[in-house]
This record gives sequence, structure tokens and C-alpha cells, in this order.
Amino acid sequence: MNEEILKNIADSLVNGEPDDSVKYTQQALEIGLEPMQIIRDGLMVGMNVVGDYFARGDYFLPDLIIAADGMKRAMELLEPELVKREQRLETPGVVVIGTVKGDIHEIGKSLVATMLSANGFKVYDLGVDVPTENFIAKVKETHADILGLSALLTTTMVVQREVIQALVQANMRERVKVMVGGAPVSQSWAQEIGADGYAEDAMGAVKLARTLVSG
Amino acid sequence: MLKLNPLKVFEVNVVQQVIDEAIAILQDPGIQVHNREALRLLKEAGAKEIGASASVSISESLVHQALESAPHEFDLYDMTGRAVVHYGGNHVHFDPGSAGVTVLDMETQKHRPPITRDFVTFVKLVEVLPALDAQSTAMVCQDVAEEIGDLYRLYIALNYMHKPIITGAFRKDTWWTMRELLIVVRGSEEELRQKPLAVFDVCPSPPLMWSDLTCQNLIDCARNFIPAQIVSMPLAGATAPVTLAGAVVQHAAECLSGIVIHQLAQPGAPIVWGGSPAAFDMRYGTTPMGAAETWLIDLGYVQIGKALGLPTHVYMGMSDTKVVDAQCGLESMGGTLMATLCGANMVSGAGMLDYETCLSLEKLVIDAEIINLAKRVAEGIAIREQPMASEIIRQAGHQGAFLSLPHTRRWFRQELSAPSKVIDRNSLDGWIASGAKSTHERAREAVNEWLQKYTPNTLSSEARRELFAITLSIAKKFGMSALPSIEETS
Repeated sequence: MNEEILKNIADSLVNGEPDDSVKYTQQALEIGLEPMQIIRDGLMVGMNVVGDYFARGDYFLPDLIIAADGMKRAMELLEPELVKREQRLETPGVVVIGTVKGDIHEIGKSLVATMLSANGFKVYDLGVDVPTENFIAKVKETHADILGLSALLTTTMVVQREVIQALVQANMRERVKVMVGGAPVSQSWAQEIGADGYAEDAMGAVKLARTLVSG
Repeated sequence: MLKLNPLKVFEVNVVQQVIDEAIAILQDPGIQVHNREALRLLKEAGAKEIGASASVSISESLVHQALESAPHEFDLYDMTGRAVVHYGGNHVHFDPGSAGVTVLDMETQKHRPPITRDFVTFVKLVEVLPALDAQSTAMVCQDVAEEIGDLYRLYIALNYMHKPIITGAFRKDTWWTMRELLIVVRGSEEELRQKPLAVFDVCPSPPLMWSDLTCQNLIDCARNFIPAQIVSMPLAGATAPVTLAGAVVQHAAECLSGIVIHQLAQPGAPIVWGGSPAAFDMRYGTTPMGAAETWLIDLGYVQIGKALGLPTHVYMGMSDTKVVDAQCGLESMGGTLMATLCGANMVSGAGMLDYETCLSLEKLVIDAEIINLAKRVAEGIAIREQPMASEIIRQAGHQGAFLSLPHTRRWFRQELSAPSKVIDRNSLDGWIASGAKSTHERAREAVNEWLQKYTPNTLSSEARRELFAITLSIAKKFGMSALPSIEETS
């Protein structure tokens, strides 16, 4: 029974059925499975399969995103249970992310946020057209390890530099790693504006985030 | 000019359904309009504000009213005032892709930000390539203040071009400066209105949203009778339905809403049914221009635009590859041929690779060959004489020495096109003897040969000084003390 329900949880992520993820996670709690076990032997198993399928080319972005959504909704059920038990999930890091002021492009930023969440990061997604001061305030409030700045336009990528300068002015630059992304953004741009890293896509952003928090 | 029947992807009843669904979308959920003046125009015309965040419901009658007043055709005129581009019918014209934020450096083959010198060379090359019918403000030069990035590229182009130009503004205020530059060239506001020199791209944000900037550009274009080109860019599977038909419907809704706003601002002002859609790549999250599905969305919306009797535009003929290679050629050929065969009036894309990011001089000369092939196919097979063959075959007899017949000499120039040296039609020995060069190497040599043919345009030195003064005065506002020097052109 226990094994079957954990398998159902994993399968729900692989099959892209977030409603099932919620249903089976609820059932698992009801029959007395520990939240940590549900995460380790159910959700993480499913996410790893999805990741493998993506890596070998059988799965695509919509498969990843819907699995991440199932994971997120299951975690919403599990987090209060963890709190009750005074347990805490090891997170690789806290990330504040958003698209800079003047830019309303969402897809790339949201994809990175989703993939970071699915990989255990605690992500605060501030959305699009985010005023510089909001980034600063949120980093301060959450003690974020990483600030992710997205820009799709050549006219708004310069705002990435402004945010970094604002961090410097607020005496916070040393406290947080900054990663930048977006179509016109490149490694050389990241270097030029003093960011800590740049990734070409969402999977690359996860790798980069892991490197940034470990270094 | 496409002389074949335009390629169609939809049956007649589907065309009507696309239009009906698009109109239904304009009513519910409506469009978002983040521009005060457009909201006022819409509300005065009876459109209803619905829900929060500037959403407006547009009625079917408003759409029909706009479609009735929108012109079916208009011309673009070159620097000397000659009509050279006809938007309308099945005329097909080509201009380079824009706006690139990198160039593929011809010497280093590395991608780098463009500067003034790069764009000057690019404009000259576009000028001398007969395959291209119009210029575009193809590069955003990185050696000037970002705030003048849009008008500066028009300033550069006007100094070197003969052909008309496809452009666009990045800000509300710079649109007016760009108009001022165009008026200097034409001599007066009235002359510019009578003989449009430039078309402005205006891009709604998918799905169904008009930003303050693009909306204002759209309205300002209308009121000044400067042609506007709606570039709707549904991204199937990301910012639009993943079904190709669904993406075409969304495109139609976005374009129709733009035409409504535009025609409310000024009935009868010239407007183009254009776009740059893409089928989202579900692995890399990119916007492939070389995807068959991207082409199908393009073909679909051009068919809709034509059914509505509007001038049409596409972004096709680009490649997703990063260097001038085989993928570059095959994708550009596919898109260019499709665009030509559907009879799109303006095809933007030549010279562009890395999606819509990078411009390459070598790719531009290769694309010119591609365009020539496509234009030739568009001409179709002409019936030159009656009878078509029996008479001349009888004359030639079974010996068949057609090469020496006067008939061959009489017709071959009209029937057979000859590519430039970029295309290899040599024998193997001949190819080896001439250096065994790849397409890319031949293209690189051709770039330099073509550039030798450039001649300055007819702009008076007085007009040049005026363009310079206007541009410099704006540049100074944004912290520049001088403009990058450009060579003497007159």
C-alpha cells in the first residue's frame, strides 16, 4: 500500500497530472506516511524521472512545467506537516527573481523560477516590470542567496546594471549573488555589469544557481 | 510580383471562422490597451471597458467599420520620389531583417554588438543588391546613447540609402524626431504624406495587449499618414495557443484590434497586416524562424490578411543557426520561398540569423541569391509564343541543336536567370581551378565586390547638415557631446 501510493505520486508527476499529485499526497498523509518519506520516495523520484526523460530528449518544456506544478502543489500540503514536526527541508538556497523595470516578458523568467523551485530552491518570483527598489527590498527581507534578473529587450537589459548598482549603494552587493538572463544577455554582458553569472537556459540557470550557492 | 496562384493553407470556410473567432475574442476577453489616447478613441466609438487593467471589449461593427476605411494598397517611394514598392495585391518585396543587436563579424566570425561603421556598410550592401527592394533600420548601434538607438539608425540609413525603408521607434518622443528626419529628406510634411519613404513597425505584445509606446506610435503614424505595419507575434505554445490554427486566430485578433485603433485615429491611413509569429521550441524555449510550423502560421495569417483585402507583411527568410552554414541556407530558402508563394507584400528577414538577433553581410548576399530564386519561381512559366513548341521543335529536327538556334538567343535572357558567383554551377575541375571555395568564402568575396558598386544617394549637403543637426541636438540631451563620425557621402 505504502509503496503503491508513493509510486502513484511519482507517476502523477511523470504523467503530468497535478490533480493526482495532490490527491495521492493527501492519501499518503492520511495513511500516516511521513512527509519526508513522501518527498524522498515519491515526489523526488518522479521529478528525477522527468529530468532524465528531458535530458534524453523524450520530454519537453511543457512536461517539465506541469511536473513542477504538481510538485509545488504537493509541497503546499506537505509544508505545514513539516512545520508541525519541526522538520525543515534542506534547500540549496533562496532566490529572488523577476523581470526588470520596463520589461513585461515573462516566459523565460518564469521557466527559470519553475525549474529552480523544482530543484529545491526557495523562490520568490516578483513577476515582470519590477521596480529596482522592490528587488532590493525583497532580497533584504528574505536574506536571499541569489537575485535573478531577466530582460528580453536591449533597451531594458541596461536596467540589470542599475539593479546591481543599487545593490552596491545599499551595501548589499556582497550578501547576494546576481545572475542575469534573457535573449540579448550574454556572458560578456554579465561580466561587464558585474553580475556573478549568466545562463543560456532554464536548466543552465539551475546549474549556475547550484554553483553560486556552493561557491 | 507573384504570378502563380497564392499558396493557401485554409479552406474558404476556415478563413471565415478564423475571422469570426478573432472578432469574438475582441469582444471577450477583449484587448488590453495601456494608452490613454487609444482608450479614449475606443470608448468614444462605443467600445466598452471591461474588468480591470485597461481591458476593452471591441464590437464586431467597430471592426467592420475599420476594415472598410483601411486602404487596400499604397506605395513606398525611394529617395528621389519614385514609386518602387507596392503594398497590395500579390506584389512581393524584400527587406533585411531587423533589428539586430549583434553582427557576425566578417573577419573574426564572432558575434559582437554593432557599431555605426557596421550599419553603414550594411546599408550600402542592401543598396547595391538588386534582390532587395527596401532598406530596414537593421542594426541598433551600440556606440551611441541607448535613448537615441532608434532614430540614430534612421539617421544613418537616410545618409546612405536610395531605397525606401522599414523602421520603428523605441520610444514615444523619438517617433517625432524620426518623422522630422523623414520630412527633411522629402522637403515637406505634405510631400512625405504623398510619397511615403518609411514604414513603421508597431508590435502588440502577445497575447492581445497594446503597450503605451506601440499604441502611441500606431496613433501618431495614422494621424500623419505614415504607413504603420502591425507586427503581431503569437508564440504558439508560450504566448498563444499551441495549435497553429489557434495562433493564427490570435494573430488576427491582435491585428484587427490594431487596425481598429489606427483607423479610429485616422480613417484611411495606410496600415499593414503583418507579423513575426513563431512556434515555440519546446526543448530550448526559443523562437525558431526555421520551423515548418512557424512558416505555416505565417502562411495562415497572410491568407487571412489577403481575404480581408489588406496589404501584408511577414518576417521570413531568417535562420536560427549562429554561423553561415548549411542550416542557414536551408532555413532561409524555405522561409523565403514560402513567403513568396503566399504573395506577402513585404518579406523582412534577409541577412539575419540567430533567430532575430544577428546580421551577417555574407548571409545577406547569399539571401539575395535565395530571393532571386524565389522571385523567379514567382514569375511562373510564361507562354511566350503560339504554338508553344511544335514549330521550333520541327525546325530543330531530331538533331536538336537548340543552342545555336536564333530562337534560343531570342528568349534565353527572359527564360533563364543566371546566379552570381556566390552560387557554384561550375564543373568539378573548374571549381578546383578557381580555388575550391565554399559558399561562405564566395559570399565573403562577393560582399567586397558588391560594395565597390555603391554610389552615394542624391541627398543635398544642406539636407545632410540638417539631419546631422537634428540628431546631434537629441544626442546631446542624452549626454553625448558628438556623434560617431561618418564618412563624407556627397
